[in-house]
Amino acid sequence: MFDLTGKTALITGASGGIGGAVAAALHAAGASVALSGTREAPLRELAESLGERAHVVTANLGDAAAVEALPKQAAEAMGSVDILVNNAGITRDNLFMRMSDEEWAQVIDVNLTSSFRLARGVLRGMMKARWGRIVTITSVVGTTGNPGQANYAAAKAGLVGMSKSLAYEVASRGITVNCVAPGFIETAMTDKLNDDQKGRILTQIPAGRMGGPDDIAAAVLYLASPQAGYVTGATLHVNGGMAMI
Amino acid sequence: MSDISDRVKKIVVEHLGVDEEKVTESASFIDDLGADSLDTVELVMAFEEEFGIEIPDDAAETIQTFGDAVKFISGATA
Repeated sequence: MFDLTGKTALITGASGGIGGAVAAALHAAGASVALSGTREAPLRELAESLGERAHVVTANLGDAAAVEALPKQAAEAMGSVDILVNNAGITRDNLFMRMSDEEWAQVIDVNLTSSFRLARGVLRGMMKARWGRIVTITSVVGTTGNPGQANYAAAKAGLVGMSKSLAYEVASRGITVNCVAPGFIETAMTDKLNDDQKGRILTQIPAGRMGGPDDIAAAVLYLASPQAGYVTGATLHVNGGMAMI
Repeated sequence: MSDISDRVKKIVVEHLGVDEEKVTESASFIDDLGADSLDTVELVMAFEEEFGIEIPDDAAETIQTFGDAVKFISGATA
């Protein structure tokens, strides 16, 4: 249904569960993909399994110079960047009263500031092409808050405000800027939870199950598609009903 | 100079969709030629490409009129 033939997409955090699924979905729809992450081996593996139209561009998103260089690397590999998926994210959970400046800064740098820099880096090409899609993965906790995640929730809420502001500025140029907010998704990040924590979370999800990376990938694919050209500044919540917002 | 002026004028006319006669030395992109702030960013991008130069942000802010653009580019390409 959604055809991305001839489009090029840069996906950060592509070595993770959600990022890998997003890359596979965009690739299956015909897009060329540039897979970004800090660890090269899993990216290479993913690129090989996808076959043609898959490129690896490694970057540490905590490093400003590396972030600045990433859009250029991706454009060199693919010819352009029509679609940016800001997916990379880290957690440094701690109780607010115990949270260090470093834990705060690391999460803000990687989750929020790198998305700003990447979006700025891809805009020139999108403005010239009069077409672009920026899709940022946020989180349900950016809206609801979550104990132990003040830094993560602040970064994710910040991404929503950033995306809406940018959406205003570039809407007239055929560029849309949207967010996808996952709820509890089965990934390495949520594997850290123990059974007791998982059980408690499940009681709060009307769907009665955790989501999968493919649930998020489908939402990103839609927002990246030509059919979603009139959707901008939106956040698509994919959370099994755990927060109806 | 006249060559630069002609090339700048062509970009302005094409990008903003205005009549060539309106693009005078003192014509302000925003006040006289109907550009919005994003148009001015795009014009600077177009100038950079046409002339193979880099226009830093602080310099870009001083380019308000057609004359400003021609003057800056003449200096940068001299």
